[in-house]
Amino acid sequence: MNWLFEITPDEWVAIRLSLRIAAVATVIALPFGIGVAWLLARKKFHGRALLDALTFLPLVLPPVVTGYLLLIMFGRKGLIGAFLADNFGIVFSFRWTGAALACGIMAFPLLVRPIRLSFEAIDKRLEDASATLGAPPLWQFITVTLPLALPGVIAGMVLSFAKALGEFGATITFVSNIPGETQTIAAAIYTYTQIPNADTAALRLVIVSVVIAVAALIASEWLARRAQARLHGE
Amino acid sequence: MLTVNVQKMFGGVTIEAAFESAVGVTALYGPSGAGKTSIVSMIAGLLKPDRGRIDLDDTTLFDSEHGIHIPAYRRRMGYVFQEGRLFPHMSVAQNLDYGRWMNRLPRDTTESDRVIALLDLAPLLTRRPRNLSGGERQRVAIGRALLAKPRLLLLDEPLASLDRSRKQEILPYLARLRDESKVPMIYVSHQAGEIVKIASQVVRIEDGRVVETGGLDLLDAERRSMVF
Repeated sequence: MNWLFEITPDEWVAIRLSLRIAAVATVIALPFGIGVAWLLARKKFHGRALLDALTFLPLVLPPVVTGYLLLIMFGRKGLIGAFLADNFGIVFSFRWTGAALACGIMAFPLLVRPIRLSFEAIDKRLEDASATLGAPPLWQFITVTLPLALPGVIAGMVLSFAKALGEFGATITFVSNIPGETQTIAAAIYTYTQIPNADTAALRLVIVSVVIAVAALIASEWLARRAQARLHGE
Repeated sequence: MLTVNVQKMFGGVTIEAAFESAVGVTALYGPSGAGKTSIVSMIAGLLKPDRGRIDLDDTTLFDSEHGIHIPAYRRRMGYVFQEGRLFPHMSVAQNLDYGRWMNRLPRDTTESDRVIALLDLAPLLTRRPRNLSGGERQRVAIGRALLAKPRLLLLDEPLASLDRSRKQEILPYLARLRDESKVPMIYVSHQAGEIVKIASQVVRIEDGRVVETGGLDLLDAERRSMVF
């Protein structure tokens, strides 16, 4: 059974890369996710339905379509991709940063939804109370709304992290499957299933991804419980 | 001196309120649904009148003619809500300190000690709002409003959510507050019995309109049939 635990250096590269891509995707998406969740939960504006649809689109589109759209927009010759590369030196195509972008977009709906639900559940009259105590809108948000929405923020981050770890279709379409650069656990498993006698390697990575996913879910449950307890003073 | 003269269409009711409040405690008295809370919300800046003007001393808080509408967070109104509205994620001490923090006031331990003593809050400071009784919550809410050093204290049915014995528990604190702090107060209630213990001036409101203003003698008829 030793083969199960002898993870090769190549496999470690894929594991570390996956964790980095998922963490970066989640952390960078978070402020956008909070902003969009807040807009959808609280504001009435023209284009709200469109923003809602756009946010949840990656959940229902075939991942390969999302990946292809990313390629068109953020590729070297893409409208946004060319602009970012020429002006800021930020390149997405065939880089791990592109994988993080693809993962962040695919995970975005899962990030936004719990945060939005917890914003909707907050008693707005508490914000009025903080206004009468001298808090400008931004401080009302920072000191009252956001702390009260914390369990939802944690749930969204964990779901988004788990989704980003497992993302396959959009990533491989957009940035391909380059070992050490864009080959995540999912892509590596796919590669191992395509070559003869690599079953054990594939199985090892399957076990690793199950372990990471279970650990993430347990951690989120624990964090959410703690946040909930802190909020309600137990 | 608070001068209010506002109109507002709100929830199918037209509110037309004009009154003045000099020093001391002015009661807004009238049945539930008469628009008292809406009027107080307009004074606090949480609700914007359609037309009119609100002045506090030499500050214009709202003036539709000149497009003035000072936002709630700059009005320095101490608002005590019917249901307290303490922040559930903060301790009592943090709730009390919130207004000082947001208004960037220097720490004033003499004043906070005074308010904590006035309202007997010392044993509650480390507790969380959910572990307080209704009466304790209202005392903390009053303390929180006072410690933001408001120019005017708005008490919106502060006793309405309490049972009779809890009301009797809070009333002496309100009387002490009136006698010991110099902050003028607007006291909203539909209970004549509360008002006679606290206020000196009465504005009677019915169907969104001010019907009469005057002294406590306005309540004489109600006091005779009073159940409180």
